[in-house]
Amino acid sequence: MSTKLVPTPGQTVGPFYGYALPFEKDNELLPPGFPGSIRLQGTVYDGAGHTIPDAILEIWQPDADGKIVQRTGSLVRDGYTFTGWGRGAVGNSGVFTFTTVNPGPTKPGAAPFISVALFARGLTNRLFTRIYLPEDTEALANDPLLGSLDPERRKTLIARRDPDGGLTWDIRLQGEGETVFLDFQ
Amino acid sequence: MPEDITAELESEELVPPAEPKAAHQPLDKAIESQADLSAEISAIGEAYRRALKDGGQPEIQPRLDYPPYRSSILRHPTKSLQHADPETIELYSPAFGHQDVHALESDLTIQHNGEPLGERIIVSGKVLDGDGRPVAGQLVEIWQANSSGRYIHKRDQHPAPIDPNFTGIGRCITGPDGSYRFTTIKPGAYPWKNHLNAWRPAHIHFSLFGTEFTQRIITQMYFPGDQLFPLDPIYQTIVDQDARDRLVATYDHSITEPEWALGYNWDIVLTGPKRTWTENEALGAAGDEE
Repeated sequence: MSTKLVPTPGQTVGPFYGYALPFEKDNELLPPGFPGSIRLQGTVYDGAGHTIPDAILEIWQPDADGKIVQRTGSLVRDGYTFTGWGRGAVGNSGVFTFTTVNPGPTKPGAAPFISVALFARGLTNRLFTRIYLPEDTEALANDPLLGSLDPERRKTLIARRDPDGGLTWDIRLQGEGETVFLDFQ
Repeated sequence: MPEDITAELESEELVPPAEPKAAHQPLDKAIESQADLSAEISAIGEAYRRALKDGGQPEIQPRLDYPPYRSSILRHPTKSLQHADPETIELYSPAFGHQDVHALESDLTIQHNGEPLGERIIVSGKVLDGDGRPVAGQLVEIWQANSSGRYIHKRDQHPAPIDPNFTGIGRCITGPDGSYRFTTIKPGAYPWKNHLNAWRPAHIHFSLFGTEFTQRIITQMYFPGDQLFPLDPIYQTIVDQDARDRLVATYDHSITEPEWALGYNWDIVLTGPKRTWTENEALGAAGDEE
């Protein structure tokens, strides 16, 4: 066993990431309209219920078969390779969108979810959370993380299915309906 | 011809016209002074040191709830973070490689036709995980203000000059030993509107990935000896001095290049890893996918 090193602390992403972190097709894990693609969208709110115009999210997920992809090319998307990772800044109205696929279960019976890292001005360190698909209620009932939460809080991690087949999932940083954020340490 | 040069400069759209003197007056609506903020910062710091003396655990990350950083007041979760054992996808990281990043992207001084103004520096170090293992073949992104403290960002209204030869963004892929290296310009301090006369210490934003998504981090690297450290509510969101020190680079003469650039060293340690050896072996050597 090697000696454990103390991790470097995080800091806020600040207000000026907009010319640095976004890149072309950053939020298109697949091109819109690609067979099997869906829209994932949501709004980021602060503790006063106002939308946040300066947040940026990353999603990281398995493919539709539940396989974890280890392919490069996220920063120069070729329109065909699904890398499983995307980045999306919110617009002025606090709304983010991604084009992706429904993640598959990574093992039989597991509840499929998308992993999320959230950054914002005023947020001193990144936050992790998860977006679960709403359909497999038995898998959701058996999920260890969801099972550890009150029903009210649990709801914040489960996306709504849109009529067009997409997913809607909002983030509330504070207050009523505050999203569950995760500590992995 | 001098006339031609003048005409060319005037038509250069990247350089805005000099602003009238009135625009240089502080526009802050904030009435809170640095003294007010410093008093808050000190009170929090003293309470933390007392707690530490009474046997409290050192805090190694910034506080999410840190009122002196005013923008954080409505943007921090009020409920404790929910402990979760990372599962499946969280135990892996997206893969980046030389397909994603061109080698020249690590030099921020060659992105335009001319040399940027300011003090040329080299910032170099290693990305390690909590076991001290190098994070190889992984993406590092940086962004920063120019030498006069101005960002190329439409929301930055600080009336300091834009440098048409400096954008301030860079990327690289770490080497097999976790090493990274950027050539850039030392950024300037800049004012912001947290309170009246608020100034950020010079810093470079760093974005890092590990071998697991749970290690994802965005942070800021500072320069040694900055007089603004005690005054800055963002640097002070980390209440522990040892933890804050981990964000400060070291001047390193062995990185300095003769008649070219001053060198700074800054190593970054990520959390974890959490994945077991079995899972590592299932994937093959993690992180060196290129």
